[in-house]
Amino acid sequence: WNLQIKFLHGTTTLGFIYEGGVIIAVDSRASMGQYMSSASVKKIIEINPYLLGTMAGGAADCTFWERVLGMECRLYELRNKERISVAAASKLLCNMVYGYKNMGLSMGTMIAGWDKTGPNLFYVDNDGMRMRHQMFSCGSGSTYAYGVLDSGYRFDMTNEEAYELGRRAIFHATHRDAFSGGVARVYHIQPGGWVPIHPGTDVTELYYQYMYPSRAEGVEEVVMAE
Amino acid sequence: RHYGRGKHTLRVASRANTHTHTTHKHKRMSFQPYQDNGGTGLAIAGPNYCVVAADTRLSTGYSILTRKSSKLITLGPKTVLASAGMQSDAIMLRKVLRMKSVTYEHEHGKPMGTTALGQLLANTLYGRRFFPYYTFNIVAGLDDEGVGAVYTYDAIGSGERVSHASQGSAQALIQPLLDNQVAHSNQTTEKRILSLDDAIALAKDAFTSASERDIYTGDTLQLLIITEEGIREEHIQL
Repeated sequence: WNLQIKFLHGTTTLGFIYEGGVIIAVDSRASMGQYMSSASVKKIIEINPYLLGTMAGGAADCTFWERVLGMECRLYELRNKERISVAAASKLLCNMVYGYKNMGLSMGTMIAGWDKTGPNLFYVDNDGMRMRHQMFSCGSGSTYAYGVLDSGYRFDMTNEEAYELGRRAIFHATHRDAFSGGVARVYHIQPGGWVPIHPGTDVTELYYQYMYPSRAEGVEEVVMAE
Repeated sequence: RHYGRGKHTLRVASRANTHTHTTHKHKRMSFQPYQDNGGTGLAIAGPNYCVVAADTRLSTGYSILTRKSSKLITLGPKTVLASAGMQSDAIMLRKVLRMKSVTYEHEHGKPMGTTALGQLLANTLYGRRFFPYYTFNIVAGLDDEGVGAVYTYDAIGSGERVSHASQGSAQALIQPLLDNQVAHSNQTTEKRILSLDDAIALAKDAFTSASERDIYTGDTLQLLIITEEGIREEHIQL
C-alpha cells in the first residue's frame, strides 16, 4: 500500500520593523497530519547573536538549512573580518534552496537582523523567492496574524506596544488556526543583537486576557523548558 | 506524495485483441519501497536518569514476523537509540550511525555524547531528505552534565529535546499519558518530579495499556535504564 511520510508542518510566524528595531513572534505547534507531535517547538532559530531566522513549513528543512546558513555566516565573518549583512545572509539561504527548487522542500522563513543599514527583514521561501519589506507573516495562521498586525501597526510604536502587538497577533492566529498553538514567543532585535522578550507564553492563558479581560486574573509567564 | 525515485507504472497488456468484452486487467506495478513494521518506543528523562523502552513485536500487514525483534541499540556509553517504523531502514540507519560514531571516537579520542549523537542522527536523516529512512527515532541518554536527555525526531531529522517522548504505532495512545504523568499537563494537583522507580513503573504501565489497544504493540517489553553507573536492561512480558 502507498505509505506517505508526513512531516512536521503548520505554523504562525510573523515579523515587523518599527522604530525600535525588529519584532519576531512565533507559535510553537508542530503537527504531522492531524496528530500534534509537539507543543514546544522552537521556531525562532538563533543563527548567530545578531541574526534570527523563523521556521514555517517543513521543520527539518528549516532547521537544517538555517543551520547551514549559520555556518556560512561564520565563514563569511572569518574571511571578511566583519559581520555579514542581512541582505547577504538571506541571499545565501535563498541560493541554497533554489538549487533544490521543485524537489519538494517546504520552507517559508524570515531572516531578520540589525546590520550597517539598520534593521532588516527578509522573507525567503523554497520557491527561491526573496523579498525585503517591513512586515511579514508566514504559515497556516498567517492570514489571521496579518489582520491583527495591519490593524495595530504604527512605525512609531513604543517597545511595549510592539511586543504586545506581536504576541496578540500570534494569539489570535493560534485561536483560529488548528495547526497553530502551544506558546507564543517574542524576540526583539536591537542594534546590539536579539533579545528574547517573551520566551514562551501559553496561548491558552492569553485567551482570558484578550477575549475576556474582565475575567482575567493576570497572565502568568510560562517559561517552557528548553 | 509518494517518496522514492518517482512512480514507475508498468502496464501488462491484457488479451484485448481477442475478446470484445473484456475487463482490462492492467497489472500496475509501482515502486513501493516502504512498509510499516509496527511497534512503539518511549523515553523518559529524569534529573539523573533516563528510561528507554520499546516492544519487540515485528509485524507486516496483519501478520507477526517475530516476537523477539529489538528496536533499541546503544550508540554510546550513555546513549540509546530507539527506532520505530520500517525495521530494514532502522537496521541500515543503525549501521550508518555506528560507523560514524566509531569514526568520531577514533578521530577525537573519546566517545560521542548524547547531544552530539542527536545532531548526528538529525544530519544523517536529512542526508536522505529525498528518499527518507522510514524510521521514527528517539535518542535518549545522559547529557554532559549527567542530566537525562531525550531527543525525538521525525523521519527527515527534525529534532527537539524534550522531557519525554514516544514514537511508533501506539504513539497516540502513550504520548498523552506521558504528557499527563511526566510533564504534569492538564492536572490541577501539585507537580512532582518522577523518581527512577516511578518512571520505570510508568513505562511498564504505558506499554501494558498500549498493548491492549494497539495490535502492533505487544509480546515483550525491552527496558533500558541509563544512569551514571551505566546501562541496565530489563525484560517484561506484555
